[in-house]
Amino acid sequence: MFEGFDPVLLARIQFAFTVSFHIIFPSFTIGLASYLAVLHGLWMWTGRQFYIAVFQYWLKIFAVSFAMGVVSGIVLSYQFGTNWSVFADKTGPILGPLMAYEVLSAFFLEAGFLGVMLFGLNRVGPRLHFFATLMVALGTFGSAFWILSVNSWMQTPAGYVIGANGQFMPEDWWAIVFNPSFPYRLVHMVLAAYLTTAFVVGAVGAWHLLKDRSNEGAKVMFSMALWMAAIVAPIQIFAGDQHGLNTLEHQPMKIAAMEGHFETNRDGGMPLTLFGLPDMEAGEMRAAIEIPNAGSLILTHSMNGEVAGLDAFPREDWPNVWIVFFSFRVMVAIGFAMLGIGVWSLWHRWKGTLVEASWLQRASVAMGPMGFVAVLAGWITTEVGRQPYTVYGLLRTAESHSPIAASAVGASLIAFIVVYFFVFGAGTFYILRNMARPPEIDEQGPRPDEPIRTAGVTPGPHMDEGDNPSAPRPQPAE
Amino acid sequence: MDLPLIWAFILAFAVLAYVVLDGFDLGIGILFPLMKRAEDHDTAINTVAPFWDGNETWLVLGGGGLFAVFPLAYAVVMPALYAPIIAMLLALVFRGVAFEFRFRTVRWRKTWDRGFFLGSLTAAFAQGIALGTIVQGIEIENRAYAGGWYDWLTPFSLLTGAAVVVGYALLGATWLIMKTEGPLNREAAGFAKVAGFGTLVLIGVVSAWMPFLQDEFFARWFAFPQIVLVAPVPILVALAALVLFRSLANHESERRPFLASLALFVLSFIGIGISFYPNILPPELTIWDAAAPDSSLAFMLVGAVLLVPMILAYTGYSYWIFRGKVREGEGYHQHGH
Repeated sequence: MFEGFDPVLLARIQFAFTVSFHIIFPSFTIGLASYLAVLHGLWMWTGRQFYIAVFQYWLKIFAVSFAMGVVSGIVLSYQFGTNWSVFADKTGPILGPLMAYEVLSAFFLEAGFLGVMLFGLNRVGPRLHFFATLMVALGTFGSAFWILSVNSWMQTPAGYVIGANGQFMPEDWWAIVFNPSFPYRLVHMVLAAYLTTAFVVGAVGAWHLLKDRSNEGAKVMFSMALWMAAIVAPIQIFAGDQHGLNTLEHQPMKIAAMEGHFETNRDGGMPLTLFGLPDMEAGEMRAAIEIPNAGSLILTHSMNGEVAGLDAFPREDWPNVWIVFFSFRVMVAIGFAMLGIGVWSLWHRWKGTLVEASWLQRASVAMGPMGFVAVLAGWITTEVGRQPYTVYGLLRTAESHSPIAASAVGASLIAFIVVYFFVFGAGTFYILRNMARPPEIDEQGPRPDEPIRTAGVTPGPHMDEGDNPSAPRPQPAE
Repeated sequence: MDLPLIWAFILAFAVLAYVVLDGFDLGIGILFPLMKRAEDHDTAINTVAPFWDGNETWLVLGGGGLFAVFPLAYAVVMPALYAPIIAMLLALVFRGVAFEFRFRTVRWRKTWDRGFFLGSLTAAFAQGIALGTIVQGIEIENRAYAGGWYDWLTPFSLLTGAAVVVGYALLGATWLIMKTEGPLNREAAGFAKVAGFGTLVLIGVVSAWMPFLQDEFFARWFAFPQIVLVAPVPILVALAALVLFRSLANHESERRPFLASLALFVLSFIGIGISFYPNILPPELTIWDAAAPDSSLAFMLVGAVLLVPMILAYTGYSYWIFRGKVREGEGYHQHGH
């Protein structure tokens, strides 16, 4: 049924689909794990009940999100082999160890301590439980570190030599791990994860505040989330700008596509195109709305700085300009909207009306899912912008795929789509149902009336008596 | 220092760790429809709930490790196993979330229970098929898979698929004997007897068949003097089987059946290792052909030496925290049934 389809295109769609699904969960759990650790710490430090209540509230959502992140991540670790076996053979000596380090240093840490975190507050006491929470947060961060290193190396390869059989051989591990775009990408991604989580938490807090202005847990969520927005959104915009300058240095063609800059500006400055319709056939931007010289100013920090346009590169090396141009704009627009919410919240804070700010709260609810949209748009920008290469400038996508027929790739693609929509649809439903319930001040992580289960629940009564006679109650400092 | 060989052992250890650890929790899924009482489903799940994330992580290390250590083997074997691998991944996705979701709903619980069962069954069967496919040999040309899309589907691979399903059921049943009490415990003892018998028969058939699949295997097991060196493996299998059935019959120890089942798995694994060495994909691809350059292996070895003991330590710690029997839900005790 897939005869006549291009197996490489199908494999690309399959990877794009599974990675897009996957990235939703880590970008949420990286931020949420840190948030949980902060809440746990604040509870132990101040002894205020609502911190642990909010902790327990989000812990349940974390459990579901984490499980979905794990299972969708396993799929990715095998897909390099199933659909991209030539890529796997050639880059294995470099990327394999980085991914092995992710599993060894981060994945196990998360999975190993997650059990303690979800079940164990009564079992291990608050100190050890806090430690487990910190380890899970550290694990999510470690995962991000290694995966971003892998991804960055594919964008800006360094520290390698080409060996026999066309394999990339490692020469300098320091240069491989800390390749030129890695620090920028890591910072940009982690901040994106923090902002994404903040806007989800803020939206849930706002939603419940709109219904009940006295809910302590909702106040905590809303206030903490908007501090995050106010402080991190401007930092993220700065980090994004720095990342862009790095991309200009190492992947100028990608920048040209992001800016829709078809012709190199030989005399005069490059304009900043706010909107337009890229026409790859004609090699020009239609219906463009431009700010003169602003492009040069941003990218070269001079009014008339020359920036290479797409015409400086062979036609067959161009990425799809349309996709890169628009996904980049979506990401940037959401970033500035986040900044706007942050500034707006500062104004309400200054007036002392944060809890009553209905319009800010409505806007926050609307902004709740936008972090995910921005993350996806950013990924599309950077990944489609890397095309037509898997390893930028060195290994073409068309030369990376497995000797697999289009029918096999197509059939498995359909299977992935069906299973993912069913499974992750249900997951999203459960998460939203949890979010629809307001946080209670005596929030129990696990519902005590339910049987013990993976996402928590008081394990005490289910365990052997005498194992832990005093079942330490949390003893936060006064 | 022979880095590829060292790494072959580490990777073999990771795969074995995965097989025995996820083996028992997949086994519980396989046994799920056989458990008669609804509350036993909850109890059975709760015996593995704190561990399954960690257990499954060994699979990521197995796959990721193969990519890192033997990229050529990974690049050849994944396309060769395309359908079973995809089936396994989808099954694990399904099962992993069914695990989480079944507790969050009443109306849909039956559906997720079925998903948990089918996911566990499919994942186990696909893993067995993958094993059988590798054992029977994979066609390689120019550093790439050269066989067809259905080469994995043979009577032998279906047999190994069945063997892994039944073997995991045995691990699951003996785990339940160790971790539960009451009716579920007794029921599990019954499952263990049937699955134990089935496992032994299937180990026997697979072992008898295997030497005829590739000449190498035959020489390895029946040529003198190796036969003296490899003879302990079948002898120890017989011994483990004896321990398993005796301990199931006399109820002396509730740990022993599980340990005996683990021994069966470890011995079967060693048996496969003996057949394969020094190949990673017999008959042609050796450990050294497929290995990444020494610089990659050395770089990773630093991490493995530091981190694997730590992983084992906190995995052990997590099992220790949740040691002991898992009892039925709190309500059971409160209402004094």
